[in-house]
Amino acid sequence: MIAPPVIDDAALLAFAAEIGSTGPVMVRGGGTRWHVGGAPHSDSREVRAPTGIVEYRPEEMTVCVRAGTTVAELHAVLAEHGQRTALPDGSVPGGSPDSTVGGTIAVGRSPVTRLGDGHIRDAVLQLHYVAADGQLVTAGGPTVKNVTGFDMCRVLVGSLGTLGCIGDAILRTRPKPEHEQWARLDDAEPEAVLNTAKTATAVLWDGSVVWARLCGHHVDVEDDLVRLPASCEVPPPDLPPFRWSRRPKDLHRLPNETGRFMAEIGVGVVHCERPDPDPLPVPAGVAALNRRVRDLFDPDRRFNPGRSVERL
Amino acid sequence: MFSDGAAGPVCFPDSTEHVQAIMGVAARFDRAVLARGAGSGLSGGAAPLGDPIVVSTTRMNRVLEVDVEDRTAWVQPGVINLDLTRQVTPLGLHFAPDPSSQQVCTIGGNVANNSGGPHCLAYGVTSAHVLAVEVVLSTGEAVVLGGLDAEPFGYDLRGAFVGSEGMFGIATKIAVRLTPNPESVKTLLLAFDKVADAAATVGAVIASGLVPAAVEMMDKRCVAAVEDFVHAGYPREAAAVLLIELDGLRRGVEADTAKVAEIGRANGGTVRVAADEQERALLWKGRKSAFGAVARVAPDYYLHDTVVPRSKLVEVLEAVYEIVDRHDLTAVNVFHAGDGNLHPLMAYDSREPGVNERVAAAGREILEVSLAVGGVLSGEHGIGVEKRDFMEYQFTRADLEAQALLRRSFDPHCRLNQGKVLPSAHSCADIASLSASKADGVWG
Repeated sequence: MIAPPVIDDAALLAFAAEIGSTGPVMVRGGGTRWHVGGAPHSDSREVRAPTGIVEYRPEEMTVCVRAGTTVAELHAVLAEHGQRTALPDGSVPGGSPDSTVGGTIAVGRSPVTRLGDGHIRDAVLQLHYVAADGQLVTAGGPTVKNVTGFDMCRVLVGSLGTLGCIGDAILRTRPKPEHEQWARLDDAEPEAVLNTAKTATAVLWDGSVVWARLCGHHVDVEDDLVRLPASCEVPPPDLPPFRWSRRPKDLHRLPNETGRFMAEIGVGVVHCERPDPDPLPVPAGVAALNRRVRDLFDPDRRFNPGRSVERL
Repeated sequence: MFSDGAAGPVCFPDSTEHVQAIMGVAARFDRAVLARGAGSGLSGGAAPLGDPIVVSTTRMNRVLEVDVEDRTAWVQPGVINLDLTRQVTPLGLHFAPDPSSQQVCTIGGNVANNSGGPHCLAYGVTSAHVLAVEVVLSTGEAVVLGGLDAEPFGYDLRGAFVGSEGMFGIATKIAVRLTPNPESVKTLLLAFDKVADAAATVGAVIASGLVPAAVEMMDKRCVAAVEDFVHAGYPREAAAVLLIELDGLRRGVEADTAKVAEIGRANGGTVRVAADEQERALLWKGRKSAFGAVARVAPDYYLHDTVVPRSKLVEVLEAVYEIVDRHDLTAVNVFHAGDGNLHPLMAYDSREPGVNERVAAAGREILEVSLAVGGVLSGEHGIGVEKRDFMEYQFTRADLEAQALLRRSFDPHCRLNQGKVLPSAHSCADIASLSASKADGVWG
């Protein structure tokens, strides 16, 4: 009989031992996204996930990395093989050089390049996490395609560390494009840019100016630049700190009092100066289901007490 | 063939309310419930165990709404995969997951199994194309998981539901993402004298930084069966052929096509690029008819599904041939080489005494070989009842307990699709009796 792979990474085992099976614990990554779901209570014991790249297999387009590693450090290593992941490092608007892999997965917020690179949850193939009873659990699997068992990774991405403490992750890597640049288009229709700029992996709009991140073959980006109205190579825009969640087609119907904003065209995230005054109501049944998941995974509310997906 | 299944009452709802009413009756009489789409799944996920109420989604087959602006559609679960793509083709859109069974399989079934297909290499599996699901829970309550807005509330329960094999609830409405058709598509057929050269080409293509839309491999026996059936012009003398598709923008695709051809030739292959849409369609018809074509080899087949690291493809293929030969069966290989998703197919005649046992034994050995090199039990067919009792090969007790917790969050009484995915020790106590339904049948 074949046995499941034994977790023998000493750093991971030490992380599990440190978390143990009792008492409140807060997991600190880079501390760059505490405002999402609220900072944990300060009286809980602080732990940090282990750091370092465990195994990088460029030919498989996968990398196993410990959760405490910064995305920036990870991407520096992947860049040696012309690869990266969909996770945001400090080079994309809204990204921070201090964000860790574990923190980024736990917060679950994709960068502005989600339009082209996909949601970060689709880059997560396997997670090792410490469950509330202190045991190390494997969610997902190491291969680029896998439907073995339930999709536990999806539940952990965006869980704010409230279901388990992520110790390491196997991520899907992607080749870096041959060419990438930001272009600025004044007085352009954002939807027209979305439909015209075939190489765009991000289209941002502040109500008057459009910024597009063009990625791909040099020749294809060239063709896009010919098709688009007057544009020039520019640095990307800054993003206001708060996120509103909208349907892509509703971005034209933002209220007048929105203030300065930066909308992700084709995706629906709006970056604003203040929290969403009008979030979608959460049906009682969905809220109850969310609570049931947390009750079963962490009945004593050990993990990141005070932090909650209900408070986004 | 698996023969332990037995259905209780079979219901044909055509609305969410009907499904809620059925679930209410099931709860009142404490009966198990099984949802069933086209029944084309390959792991027995939709096979009834222990006479559950069967909820067939065949009448819930309407495309409810297509939103061109947001490139989304709300569909009922019984809509056939290819029907949706055909309906939105005039809009320049398609539904990206394209299992080989797409002419018959339903989108509800795709959601249950998180189905893949050749083009999932570049576009991702079903989960990446489902934005929201209206689900009737075992309590009869209907909830919408996920949403059409960018960052819906709470845990990603939509993501948890996709691939839950009908054990978390019954999907009654599904919001899918529609993908714009690419501006340009090129399909290459590469032929090799050695399987190892074909595999080396796959590795080199991926390593070169290309992400093809699809990379499919067929071995000699598969090519012969397909040629007899479809006459697609596949080279019968080759030990292995690759079907590689590149899509995107015109000039980029031209450059990538040249690069793939060069890599193929450098690895000893001959290269043919489909000249027009007709030739391209014929090549794909060959690939997608492969399983049907095997009927020319033998009357029955057992189609396997594991994933291994791409670098282990040759090693595992050699092991597969050895295992299947040793059990005196015929192996035909056609699979998604680009993501290491193997589909060894064993062709046999079930009338032959003892053959079912040999097929089951060979299947188990193929699983063992795949896991030993760092692979997984299933890439796209799911666990169902076929691989339920092998879950302990890949997952520890703690891993399986965590999966059981997720299931119980949705379905506290474990009323839905009992006896699937989780080995009996990790299921609810009230279905322990079902563990008698052994999973050693043969699936075809």
